[in-house]
Amino acid sequence: MGNVPTTVKHCLSYKQIVEDYPWLRSWLQEEKDIVPTRVKIQLIDMLSTTGLSVIEATSFVSSKWVPQMADHTDVLQGIQRVPHVRYPVLTPNMQGFQDAVAAGATEVAVFGSASETFSRKNINCSIAESMLRFEEVISAAKDRQIPVRGYVSCALGCPHEGHIEPTKVAEISKALYDMGCYEISLGDTIGVGTPSSMFKMLQKVMKDVPLSALAVHCHDTYGQALPNILTALQMGVSVVDSAVAGLGGCPYAQGSSGNVSTEDVLYMLHGMGIETGVNLDRLLEAGDFICNALGRRTNSKVAQARSGTL
Amino acid sequence: NNHQCLTAHALPDKVKIVEVGPRDGLQNEKTVVPTEAKINLINMLSESGVPVIEATSFVSPKWVPQMADQVEVMKGISKKPGVSYPVLTPNLKGFEAALKAGASEVAIFGAASELFSKKNINCSVEESLQRFEEVMKAAKGAAVPVRGYVSCVVGCPYEGQVAPEKVAHVAKRLYSMGCYEISLGDTIGVGTPGSMTKMLEAVCKELPVSALAVHCHDTYGQALANILIALQMGISVVDSSVAGLGGQGISWSLVSDGPCYLHLPCVSVLSPQGVDLPKLMDAGAFICRTLNRKTSSKVAQATCKL
Repeated sequence: MGNVPTTVKHCLSYKQIVEDYPWLRSWLQEEKDIVPTRVKIQLIDMLSTTGLSVIEATSFVSSKWVPQMADHTDVLQGIQRVPHVRYPVLTPNMQGFQDAVAAGATEVAVFGSASETFSRKNINCSIAESMLRFEEVISAAKDRQIPVRGYVSCALGCPHEGHIEPTKVAEISKALYDMGCYEISLGDTIGVGTPSSMFKMLQKVMKDVPLSALAVHCHDTYGQALPNILTALQMGVSVVDSAVAGLGGCPYAQGSSGNVSTEDVLYMLHGMGIETGVNLDRLLEAGDFICNALGRRTNSKVAQARSGTL
Repeated sequence: NNHQCLTAHALPDKVKIVEVGPRDGLQNEKTVVPTEAKINLINMLSESGVPVIEATSFVSPKWVPQMADQVEVMKGISKKPGVSYPVLTPNLKGFEAALKAGASEVAIFGAASELFSKKNINCSVEESLQRFEEVMKAAKGAAVPVRGYVSCVVGCPYEGQVAPEKVAHVAKRLYSMGCYEISLGDTIGVGTPGSMTKMLEAVCKELPVSALAVHCHDTYGQALANILIALQMGISVVDSSVAGLGGQGISWSLVSDGPCYLHLPCVSVLSPQGVDLPKLMDAGAFICRTLNRKTSSKVAQATCKL
């Protein structure tokens, strides 16, 4: 009796592997103080031993805009790349792409937006213009057989425009996918999404992009990240972005948290019998390390509970 | 087809929030709150539209000093028509005191774990149920509705894993005794959608889903995900605590409930029938100022810069 969510059972029986993309780049980018290069390298090296299969290492954005990522080349060249782990880097344009390739990048990512206003305010151009830039990057990446991941920001709401139509999210996702992105990560940039808006958005996007090529990138600004991720899992999504220790605030909601903690996501997934290949203890160590290095408290509830510091 | 299984239609249209902050929350805060502040909190919560507010506890002040002012609180609050103010009554003595103080609904607390019961209330689960029979009898006589709680439903700090069948057994006993509703508590917050599903499946075999509630702790950040699972399974009553009161580093072994509480799931899965979120947040802000602590609610923390 009762409505058993059979999709959860489905996850259990098929043992979906969920790849977590610790969103190193995004939260380090939002930390006020510049994190020393060697700390970044050490963090990535620790994460490389946890079983995570993808670690977004840095961003080849101009250091004029994002000074925290100015050491992108040093980071990429300094880390110990572990076999079977991928280290994508952000490349907003051809210049960034070329720098990334020169630095040894073997996977890149481009960042689109479902909101026109957000696109203009964030990267100073319209969605259409940004797509042209990405086409260049994707084309160059194809030539070098470098896979490209596409992000769609504001998938569940925009700080400027408010509500975002699922059809718009689907349109941008499809455009990126058709251009050649192997995977599209749908981002709830300001964390305003809830299970029902996540459901409606995914329903639309799934019509245009195969489920297996979708990922969710949920922010925890309103504490909704885990139920939103759960909803996505129930709909068949099997790739989840998260950030160790949940660090990295939301620049649009002062004092708020942003990224969801990888530790908390893992706790949920493991509790559901979903295989991730990730060792939670090792991850907690990495989280400890970076929090100490930054002099910050972890945002992960699992980490807090484990250390008895509630 | 896996993505057809879940639909937004699977969620209940209406969800009843049972606000446990004034009792469960404050009981687990380090700072003891003055009576006036408690009364003010409850009054503010009454204005926010939550339909049920657990006001206080008629446990001996020897055990729970934070609730020593139980009678003044009960007599001091402005009871809003249409809102219930249940109080905890662990035994007949507490029940009688509660009634005398004007209570018109009470609650009793069972455990799904033997060890937890022994350590927490000094008797076995069966013995505790027998005590409750007394309370139930008196409550029936006075036409006072009784809510039953089951703690440790997906994990026990002492026993570790708890068998879903044990939870179902205790829930069924309380229900058969006459409790109109059974609140299933993840006392230490270790539950996940996996363990919640298994436990609820077992309980739903024995009890009508309309008589069930969930009381999830957020110790491991799983509360909202667990609540979502419960809602998907047809449960439409959710316990929560304004500002996420109830977890300030107090060791769970000292008090009857675990460390961390759910922050009220606003803006979210629930369509907040009649709950005025700004007023609720005002109540949260008030009690946090009184306690000199930060809110645990992410919604409250998120103040948009734009």
